[in-house]
Amino acid sequence: MNSKKSRTEGNDLPNDSPIEEHVQPNESKVKVKIDTTDTRPANGTADAILPTASSMTSNLEQEIINMIVSAYGNMIEVVYVRPSRMKIRVPPQDIVRVATFIKENFSFDHAESVAGTDYPKENQIEIVYHLSSYTDENIVPKILALSSRVNRDEPRIPSLINVFKSVEYHERETYEMVGVYFEGHPRMERFLLPEDWADIPPLRKDFRIKGR
Amino acid sequence: MLKDLINPTNVNILVGKLGDVLTKALDLPLGYAINWGRIWSLWPVHLETACCSVEFGAASGPRYDVERFGIIEAFGSLRQCDLIVVQGTVTRKMAPRLRMVYDQMPEPKYVIAMGACAITGGLYIDSYNVLPGVDGVIPVDVYVPGCPPRPETLIQGCMLLQEKIKRSKIR
Amino acid sequence: MTDFQEKVDETIKMGLEIVKETEEDRLMTLSVGPQHPGSGHFRFTVKVDGDYIVYCDPDPGYVHRGEEKMSEYRNFIQNIPHLERPVIHDSNNITYSYSLAVEELVNIEVPRRGQFIRAIASELNRQVYTLYWLAIYGIFLGHSTMFMWPTGDRELFIDLLEALTGARVTHAFNIPGGVRNDMPEGFKERCLRQIAYFEKRLVEYEDIFYNNPLFRQRTEGVGTLRKEDAISLGVTGSVVRASGVPFDVRKAEPYDIYNEIDFQVQYMKSGDSFARSMIPFLDMRESCHILRQLLDKIPQAGEVRAKLQPNPKGPAGESYKRVESARGALGYYIISDGSPKPYRVKISVGSFRNMLALPFLLVGSKLGDMPSIYWSLNYWPVEADR
Repeated sequence: MNSKKSRTEGNDLPNDSPIEEHVQPNESKVKVKIDTTDTRPANGTADAILPTASSMTSNLEQEIINMIVSAYGNMIEVVYVRPSRMKIRVPPQDIVRVATFIKENFSFDHAESVAGTDYPKENQIEIVYHLSSYTDENIVPKILALSSRVNRDEPRIPSLINVFKSVEYHERETYEMVGVYFEGHPRMERFLLPEDWADIPPLRKDFRIKGR
Repeated sequence: MLKDLINPTNVNILVGKLGDVLTKALDLPLGYAINWGRIWSLWPVHLETACCSVEFGAASGPRYDVERFGIIEAFGSLRQCDLIVVQGTVTRKMAPRLRMVYDQMPEPKYVIAMGACAITGGLYIDSYNVLPGVDGVIPVDVYVPGCPPRPETLIQGCMLLQEKIKRSKIR
Repeated sequence: MTDFQEKVDETIKMGLEIVKETEEDRLMTLSVGPQHPGSGHFRFTVKVDGDYIVYCDPDPGYVHRGEEKMSEYRNFIQNIPHLERPVIHDSNNITYSYSLAVEELVNIEVPRRGQFIRAIASELNRQVYTLYWLAIYGIFLGHSTMFMWPTGDRELFIDLLEALTGARVTHAFNIPGGVRNDMPEGFKERCLRQIAYFEKRLVEYEDIFYNNPLFRQRTEGVGTLRKEDAISLGVTGSVVRASGVPFDVRKAEPYDIYNEIDFQVQYMKSGDSFARSMIPFLDMRESCHILRQLLDKIPQAGEVRAKLQPNPKGPAGESYKRVESARGALGYYIISDGSPKPYRVKISVGSFRNMLALPFLLVGSKLGDMPSIYWSLNYWPVEADR
């Protein structure tokens, strides 16, 4: 019976403080506050549920790109601007400056993933950081891909670990998979591969898997 | 003359012949009893190598209850286990640890290779980090095919292992 | 001084030097290795000083099978069976994200009924995964009922999925273009009956597990992750929702028909282990509401799969799509160069991102709290290694 009542009631769970004494099963209800704050309007029709109307979509991405380009000039190469996805390319030595600028002025606060791709024909390796946001409502659905190309013969790039703390393990994995050294990373070692791996980085295009 | 007969050599021969007779008489029932004890309490080591562990977990659930065969899932120490179920893909990083775990188990021990990846490498035959089958690392008794095998198949594999143990002689 | 006295002094001096311990000697290194009860296939090293952990270092890679490299040697449709193996009991979500990305690259339009069936399969898989997660949590905390009940209830959902797709766990059901086959007859009534039974069951779960004083004592106040740390560490899924950030990809960036479904994002503010173990349970309840709406709104007839060429290929380009799986935001970054095989497939999984919170939370906490912190991060090792 207690549990049936507790489904509809929400009592407050004390934040950040552990409950010291034992809770008797008879008198406890689920002390959960299901926070139902929602950013949607009250009528809840299909149109209103979409976070951004289609006319605002391209404007916000374009605004962000315009601000970055106006701050850094022709160092930035804009690869594409699509609804909810943007991609820019910067030279490797300036990536920390641009990333700090993006973090401070817009609210991109973490990096979702780091991908390294090998382009042997152009003798380059491309590193892409996908940046995303948890705090600003308008930017939450959008992802900014910050990329850079390094030379394949000497692949070194400054690490973004002091800007976005979430890239720590991703950069280690990119190091062992593609062979790019991130300068400034406190621990640049192999992560997923076995300890006795003595071959070239597996995701390079000249690493052929057996039989193919 | 009797005193000449009772000397150490003759007593040795007598005891030896008595031991032979006893072994032959008791071998069948004693062997049956020991094998019966081993069959109905196979304890697996809790070593999950890859994704087939989900079906092993489901096999321990209420529907396909594998505990009625004596196989208890979450067991702590591997010094008391006698079955190792290699569940899924064995990678090159995991193989030395698998061998270490196998060596630490006391005799008699049995191995079930569960899933296509443990038998031949399965779907991942051309991956750079996967061993083509686990029988290069540890000797396998029963192969259970499937990707992943249904819990009923796993139970049938355990029963095949039981038949194999029943047929074996006690050392 | 005599020789003897000198020798005694020397021995005493040596003895004192031997006994005096350095800072390093107090620490003991434990390797929580790939063989331990609960979840295997992940190793982390832990240094303890008495009962408190001072250093933690994860060491994944025991199930690293090279999914990303293998994807470059198979075409778009052939990639589905091996890309769903990282998390076999949640396989519909990991192939959902892949299918969305490929559909954007190759420019395929999915029919409406196919979109609904995909969403139904995704929600059923979310229940199946969360129940398995709850079962293993029971093994970690030594609560056998918490292992047996979810494993049993999970079988009923697996029966539904088996009727829908033909397999228990690895369904290979989502393909770029829709789903493989249509729902069987009578599926809708069976599903509604199962949801009605399960909602009553969830009430019992709340009583036995979450109102249990022992469970609360082990998880409340343990491993608190504050909101700023959660955001900067980039964790995702139930971990970030337990720290006060209401982020759910189905709400933030609705894909397919999720913009027509009415549901609420469950989040809590306390950020401790109890909140992280409560959020998947609340998500399961919300998932039942979503399933009812989906079964209500699904069009009665229609195609479920778009017609495709034998080797679908599109223009050169790239795409990044994400989906809310039971562990967090699962993103696929696919680069195509115009051929039927992808040039690069990068999978961004929730477990790999949540792994960063493990050393952050374990340092400074007690060794006895380690199982409850580790498993509440919703970490599935096979998926993190890909």
